[in-house]
Amino acid sequence: MEGPVHIYYELDNFYQNHRRYVKSRSDKQLRSKASETETTNCAPEATTSDGSVIVPCGLIAWSLFNDTYSFAVNSKIIEVNKKNIAWLSDKEHKFGSDVYPKNFQMGGLIGGAKLNASIPLSEQEDLIVWMRTAALPRFRKLYGRIETDLAANEQITVTIQNNYNTYSFEGKKNLVLSTTSWIGGKNDFLGTAYLTVGSLCLFLAMGFIILYLLKPRTLGDPSYLSWNRNPDGHY
Amino acid sequence: MLSSSYDDGICYVETMNLDGETNLKLKQSLEVTSGLQADSSFQNFKTIIKCEDPNASLYTFVGTMEYEDQEYPLSPQQLLLRDSKLRNTDYIYGVVVFTGHDTKVMQNAMNPPSKRSKIEVKMDKLIYLLLFSLVVVSSIGSVVFGILSSDDLQDGKVKRWYLKPDDSSIYYDPRRAAVAAILHFLTAIMLYSYFIPISLYVSIEIVKVLQSIFINQDIQMYHEESNKPARARTSNLNEELGQVATILSDKTGTLTCNSMEFIKCSIAGTAYGHGFTEVERAIARRKGSLLIENEQSKENHEQAKPAIKGYNFDDARIINGNWVYEPRSDIIQMFFRLLAICHTAIPEVDEETGKISYEAESPDEAAFVIAARELGFEFYQRTQTSISIHELDPVSCKHVEKSYKLLNVLEFNSSRKRMSVVVQDDEGKLLLLSKGADSVMFERLGKGGRGFENKTKEQMLEYADAGLRTLVLAYRRLDEEEYKSFNKRFMAATNSVTTDRDEKIEEAADSIERNLILLGATAVEDKLQNGVPECIDKLAQAGIKIWVLTGDKMETAINIGFACSLLRQGMKQIIITLDGPEIIHLEKDGNKEAIAKVSRDSVLYQINEGKKLLSSSNTESFALVIDGRSLAYALEDDAKNLFLQLAVGCASVICCRSSPKQKALVTRLVKAGSGKVTLAIGDGANDVGMLQEADIGVGISGAEGMQAVMASDIAISQFRFLERLLLVHGHWCYRRISLMICYFFYKNLTFGLTLFLYEAYSSFSGQPAYDDWYMSLYNVIFTSLPAIALGVFDQDVSARFCLKFPMLYQEGVQNLLFSWLQILSWLFSGVCNGVMIFFFCTSALQHRAFRKGGEAVGLEVLGATMYTCVIWVVNCQMALSISYFTLIQHMFIWGGIALWYLFLLAYGAITPTLSTSAFMVFVEGLASAPSYWIITLFVVIATLLPFFIYLAIQMRFFPMHHNMIQWMRFDGHADDPEYCQVVRQRSVRPTTVGVSARVDATVSQLARKVHDVVHSPP
Repeated sequence: MEGPVHIYYELDNFYQNHRRYVKSRSDKQLRSKASETETTNCAPEATTSDGSVIVPCGLIAWSLFNDTYSFAVNSKIIEVNKKNIAWLSDKEHKFGSDVYPKNFQMGGLIGGAKLNASIPLSEQEDLIVWMRTAALPRFRKLYGRIETDLAANEQITVTIQNNYNTYSFEGKKNLVLSTTSWIGGKNDFLGTAYLTVGSLCLFLAMGFIILYLLKPRTLGDPSYLSWNRNPDGHY
Repeated sequence: MLSSSYDDGICYVETMNLDGETNLKLKQSLEVTSGLQADSSFQNFKTIIKCEDPNASLYTFVGTMEYEDQEYPLSPQQLLLRDSKLRNTDYIYGVVVFTGHDTKVMQNAMNPPSKRSKIEVKMDKLIYLLLFSLVVVSSIGSVVFGILSSDDLQDGKVKRWYLKPDDSSIYYDPRRAAVAAILHFLTAIMLYSYFIPISLYVSIEIVKVLQSIFINQDIQMYHEESNKPARARTSNLNEELGQVATILSDKTGTLTCNSMEFIKCSIAGTAYGHGFTEVERAIARRKGSLLIENEQSKENHEQAKPAIKGYNFDDARIINGNWVYEPRSDIIQMFFRLLAICHTAIPEVDEETGKISYEAESPDEAAFVIAARELGFEFYQRTQTSISIHELDPVSCKHVEKSYKLLNVLEFNSSRKRMSVVVQDDEGKLLLLSKGADSVMFERLGKGGRGFENKTKEQMLEYADAGLRTLVLAYRRLDEEEYKSFNKRFMAATNSVTTDRDEKIEEAADSIERNLILLGATAVEDKLQNGVPECIDKLAQAGIKIWVLTGDKMETAINIGFACSLLRQGMKQIIITLDGPEIIHLEKDGNKEAIAKVSRDSVLYQINEGKKLLSSSNTESFALVIDGRSLAYALEDDAKNLFLQLAVGCASVICCRSSPKQKALVTRLVKAGSGKVTLAIGDGANDVGMLQEADIGVGISGAEGMQAVMASDIAISQFRFLERLLLVHGHWCYRRISLMICYFFYKNLTFGLTLFLYEAYSSFSGQPAYDDWYMSLYNVIFTSLPAIALGVFDQDVSARFCLKFPMLYQEGVQNLLFSWLQILSWLFSGVCNGVMIFFFCTSALQHRAFRKGGEAVGLEVLGATMYTCVIWVVNCQMALSISYFTLIQHMFIWGGIALWYLFLLAYGAITPTLSTSAFMVFVEGLASAPSYWIITLFVVIATLLPFFIYLAIQMRFFPMHHNMIQWMRFDGHADDPEYCQVVRQRSVRPTTVGVSARVDATVSQLARKVHDVVHSPP
């Protein structure tokens, strides 16, 4: 596999698109320090038990994915680049560079990963990726990239820290390594579909041509009219 | 009425607002009161009037007046109805019997109903259906949501921990899952509300207003002479115009212009007069024969001289005194003399110009007098005992004054069907001049007077078939003796006061009206409006049934039937009437109950007979003629269904002598009985009930005031505009509206379904797949403008072809474009498209990276992609469905799509506080990802492919009528007259009425006529 090789974690049966979940965030709080207290939609992860504001608030941030992976080929560790895995617009416009995590994961129940309180949110790329909610219950998120090429038949050793709880909702976790082409990742659907529809069109075109050659029909013959075939229908 | 300015207590009234007739009617007060001529005589006037309760019958009145201790019977003759106008009478004294709502006119009036078109009513049902499906879909969602929510927390064990179900608000609380489900149900209703296109109502209103503007602006429905365009007074019923199955038409002022023209006559067996009736013109035009050229040259000629109302006679042999040189000039002289004398008209001399106009009881009588005047027999003065005329003397060729002493007038009535006068001329010779219907006149001819009977009869048949009203003229000389004995009998009869007075008068008259000498026959045209026969022909070809409801006499109505080609020779006429001898006999006895019973039985019997006749043959065409009195019984509950069945089986139906109420009742019967759309057209106040009752009321804004127009839904100025109104505008509007409604439901269902399917993948939590703004603008901007353009501009074939192939109209009558099948297949198509778009998009995007950078698909990417596909699909579907492209269509369809991209750009560019997840989605994510574009292309093609295949197969193998006309135009057949004839022929059946059908029936007859015209000396 030629680099860059994208590393994804894939979750199944995880409803990031649940309405309660999707709404449970505060874009304003994420953007600027001034709106730190705007946590209207974030309940029950809006404030700590003593009433101080949680940054970033809400269920999405709270349930941040926290498995970690490290890769090694022939016991030589491969560097995973975790920079630039998030959308640029998110980093620049949606997550403020002056907003630092505060009171995060301090409550009784800890959902997922903790954040380094000294790094601003705009640089917490794992969080930014996670906060772009997925469309379907089975989804992948970018974990990082391996910038080097991987040769065929190479044995890759992956060390996984299995922190994230998917057992309670019978979810699945997958780790995916994938390259991309101009069209994106591997997907057979589009190709197959194009071929199917194309051949269907071709088949129909042929069919109509044959039908026309074998049995040409005078056009505009009124005897085919429904009310000429059915005299009772006249009135 | 008690008395009038006339000594004998008569007065003239015009009852135009009651029955639409413009002629004068004579009313007469009781003899005992006619002497009360001064205000003072009413000081001690005391009378008691007993009469029937207020009712709606215009032609009956029963009551008695007790005056000076004596009872006098009152009849309709003494009753002046509200809304009639006093004419030629200075003043009258009277007693008010009923006022306000008790008057007969008000009893005939009905409350104006609110009308909705059948399509809209059906649309309501469709909305219910979709509302039901909305509730079903929402409850499915809620139930599943409830189950999933309650699953999240079982025995204290949290399942989907990331949702924190243990610490949840009421909306998601697993411990109160039932409540959460109910609340979710409300959310779901809101979310799936796209199933029901609420904006449809607004759009339909906009479209209809624009359509009405088109109707109002149509230059081809603009009447120049009266400066009146068509006017759609309500925009509610545009599409209903495309579905009319039955037209109920008034006669006077609607089909006819309410003017009589003396047009032909047959004197001494020779036919005079070249004029053509409307119907002859129509037939000639249809055949493209020589007649046209002939006529056109004459029309040019005619324009040179001023037209005289009521006179359209043109024959060089007669006019300008040339009749003197004709071989039988003595008979011609007698003929016109008779016309000038034998009538009851009153001359009115205009003192400034010296011109004479006439006030006559009926317009045909006026036409006779005018004709006589124009041909040199000018009637100018009438006294109680004499009639004076200026007469052209054949010997000296000068006008001489002649005065005839009026001895007796034997008046016209419906059973005698003739009128005679006995006069004495200057030389003391006694003459009996008589005119009447052919049925009674021919049998009264004397042996010496039958010289040219057969020829006259033949010519009269021809006239009658052309829709002309014919009368036979005859005279006899009386000797002194004979007259004296007659006069004695007649005087005795008139002076008698017994109940059989009328009978005695009739007997006396009968005794003298014998041994007549035939002069000839007249033919008067009850002038049809321009283009009426052609219009009726087109409408008949379009499969629309035309009923004529008129207040006129049966003979007049039948004449008009012939004139408009609703009747023709060879058609079996089923006449239902109560003028049989036994009824008349019973009426003499005055036993009301017995009359009613016998009448009812008689009507029922006649209806049944008619039905038997109808079922015995299916190749012949039938016409039903029924008079008002029979109609009253036929409309009763037990008979009305029978009557309707009979009427529906007949090719044309004519109801005469019908009151406004009856007109409305017939309309209601047809509307309710057939369940199809009825259109009523009329111009007078007497048609108001009918116009209001019918599904569509069309008012003719003619001469008879504004009442009909005010009560109508659409006003036009000429009957012939109905053709364009129905066949072109009606057809288009019907097609537009039905397609537009179907399309609206389709596009919203497609959209709503993608939302619903997405729900299934988000555990029915109520999370929409799209951004809120996308959803709000879907109906407002991206998809509704093309639909409105469709509703306003689309046309399957051009106006020319709509008129050329009237049977296209049947698509509307049979409701082919808005049948449940059609609607459901559109809905089905919507469901299919929704499912396809959703699954294609989700499978194509799935969980994988969708671009080179390796970014995975998020909710906002899927949403925007899917939305793009929906916009493309529904707009392209529109492009496939419409058949008429103008710049506007292109602008709206492709503009709608372009607008979406523009919106996406603009929305993505504003601050993320407002655009939230849609921020820079297009610029950063979608636009640079080839897969986005490829998916869009694929989804659009794949989704529309089934519809496209269906369209191709339907067009090729099961074409609807408009498809075929499109083909014909495409192949260039449409301008091939023979080919069109073949196509048109198929819509003409033996039972069809109208000019075309008539042409087939009268080809031979016409050929002869053409021959005659061409070869007759000018």
